[in-house]
Amino acid sequence: MGVYQRRKFVDGVMRSWCILATLFAVIPLFSLLAYVLLKGVGGLNWSFFIELPKPVGELGGGIGNALLGSFVLLAIASIFGIPVGVFAGVYLSEFGANPFGKLVRFCADVMSGVPSILIGIFVYTLVVLPMRSPSAFAGGIALGILMLPTIIRTTEELIKLVPNSLREAGLALGMAKWRVILRVVLPAGMSGIATGVMLAIARAFGETAPLLFTAGSYPFWSVHLNKRISSLPVQIYEYAGSPYEEWHQQAWAAALVLVVMVLILNLAAKLLTSSRSHAR
Amino acid sequence: MITAKQMFQLRDTGGAVAISEEEAPLSKERILRSQGEEVGALGKMQVKDLRAWFGKTEIIKGVSLSVADKRVTAIIGPSGCGKSTFIRCLNRMHEVVPKAHVAGRVLLDGVDIYDRKIDPVKIRSRVGMVFQRPNPFPTMSIRENVLAGLKLNGVKVSRPDELVEQVLEQAALWGEVKDILNRSGASLSGGQQQRLCIARALALKPEILLMDEPCSALDPIATSRIEELIHSIGKVCTIVIVTHNMQQAARVSQYTAFFYMGELVEFNDTDILFTKPGNQRTEDYITGRFG
Ligand SMILES: Nc1ncnc2c1ncn2[C@@H]1O[C@H](COP(=O)(O)OP(=O)(O)O)[C@@H](O)[C@H]1O
Ligand SMILES: [Mg+2]
Repeated sequence: MGVYQRRKFVDGVMRSWCILATLFAVIPLFSLLAYVLLKGVGGLNWSFFIELPKPVGELGGGIGNALLGSFVLLAIASIFGIPVGVFAGVYLSEFGANPFGKLVRFCADVMSGVPSILIGIFVYTLVVLPMRSPSAFAGGIALGILMLPTIIRTTEELIKLVPNSLREAGLALGMAKWRVILRVVLPAGMSGIATGVMLAIARAFGETAPLLFTAGSYPFWSVHLNKRISSLPVQIYEYAGSPYEEWHQQAWAAALVLVVMVLILNLAAKLLTSSRSHAR
Repeated sequence: MITAKQMFQLRDTGGAVAISEEEAPLSKERILRSQGEEVGALGKMQVKDLRAWFGKTEIIKGVSLSVADKRVTAIIGPSGCGKSTFIRCLNRMHEVVPKAHVAGRVLLDGVDIYDRKIDPVKIRSRVGMVFQRPNPFPTMSIRENVLAGLKLNGVKVSRPDELVEQVLEQAALWGEVKDILNRSGASLSGGQQQRLCIARALALKPEILLMDEPCSALDPIATSRIEELIHSIGKVCTIVIVTHNMQQAARVSQYTAFFYMGELVEFNDTDILFTKPGNQRTEDYITGRFG
């Protein structure tokens, strides 16, 4: 076999191997989506989105309160997590070239790898125990903490990408440094930061573990901050863990809703990114 | 030190002094004298024994010169000789670079801008700056860019539309952008962006405008437009312009300073410096023997 044929042969083997590996990776992904779609779509109807869960034995019932609860929790998480995360990221990028900055950066990196149930336990000890009950507030804080590392690091990276010439332009116009950061640097990085925030929200939306002992579950409508609240992932967890066939069906349908929501959030993040690169 | 009274007298006669400067160009004696305390107060800005460092490297090694009011002063010299560093010391922009520091005095209307009581932020709104690469704010419209220095500083502008028109007119950009004021500043061509940056600096009504090679990123046509407007602005505003292009210095300036390796080699009337340079190194540089 000549050098040329050999090379061609090796090239062919490598290429087929890569295609096979890709297929292997893609099969579980697609089959999962397909399976959720197949199993879940039968349970979907209008009342599923707006009704409360029904007791065992009664037909129907929905995830209305769980959906509402998830949005309440995300709202609390965002109110707390977005400003803290964005400003911590700004701090790291603009003033973080010191040992303290390094420490914060390290903590954020470690935190993004910490299993989310630990965040649940942390908030349980810090918020739930003193309040003596799981609550929407505690759950929101847990999700907010979960979002922090992503928001901090994306903000830092994106703020660092803002060209220094813009900062100098602001300073040379007699703007104080904090004004330059707030009015020039942050807006220039904003669309990218929004992408990071979207991804963080998408991740928080699907998290069950940190909510199990912080927000608990609640089979009725509620928007009270100091009371237990239902959420989509926890509702799925309860439906799926039950021994009843009808509830399994509900779990599949709710899972489908969850997947679609996460997909939408990710797509929104993508759109933000592409509109940004378009603007450049 | 000059007294406040002397300063005001000098200010009141500012116009007359400027004219006499034009009639009797800076002779060598006057340059030397201008480094003395009293005569130095004649100009808009006096630089005294200025030194600037990046870390431990001394980049500007004791420069003294006087910037004439409502005139264009050019700074020339080979690249890397410290021209940018020097003019960034004139509005306290040098110190925003980490580990950079400055020694010496820079008197603006007789008051040292490096005095501990002086807020660098205030100095920068009195001494404007245009950079080598046009840097309009990409998230703002043309109009917002012009007003940025005022609006973002919380200054209320009584007649913003008039101001925008006036400074864009001054920057010779009004005709080209008057119908697209709400478009992004980044959508303009390089030359237009640079004129927008000039307008943005002029909106603050600076007493001095520093320009660091404002045309080096531009094509010849854009360059000549900027040179024209330097000419017209230079009649109402003091300008210090860095350029590595000697023809440009000769075209736009009344005074020229030649820098070499962080030192001021020669400072004189532009006409004299380019026709009868008093120093061998200046002559070598302007005749193209090095650089
Ligand atoms: N941020 C910086 N840090 C360290 N050294 C610098 C920095 N900027 C410029 N220098 C050095 O200072 C010297 C003068 O630079 P500069 O003032 O930009 O020269 P010019 O504008 O005349 O070309 C150069 O040797 C350059 O390497
Ligand atoms: Mg330079």
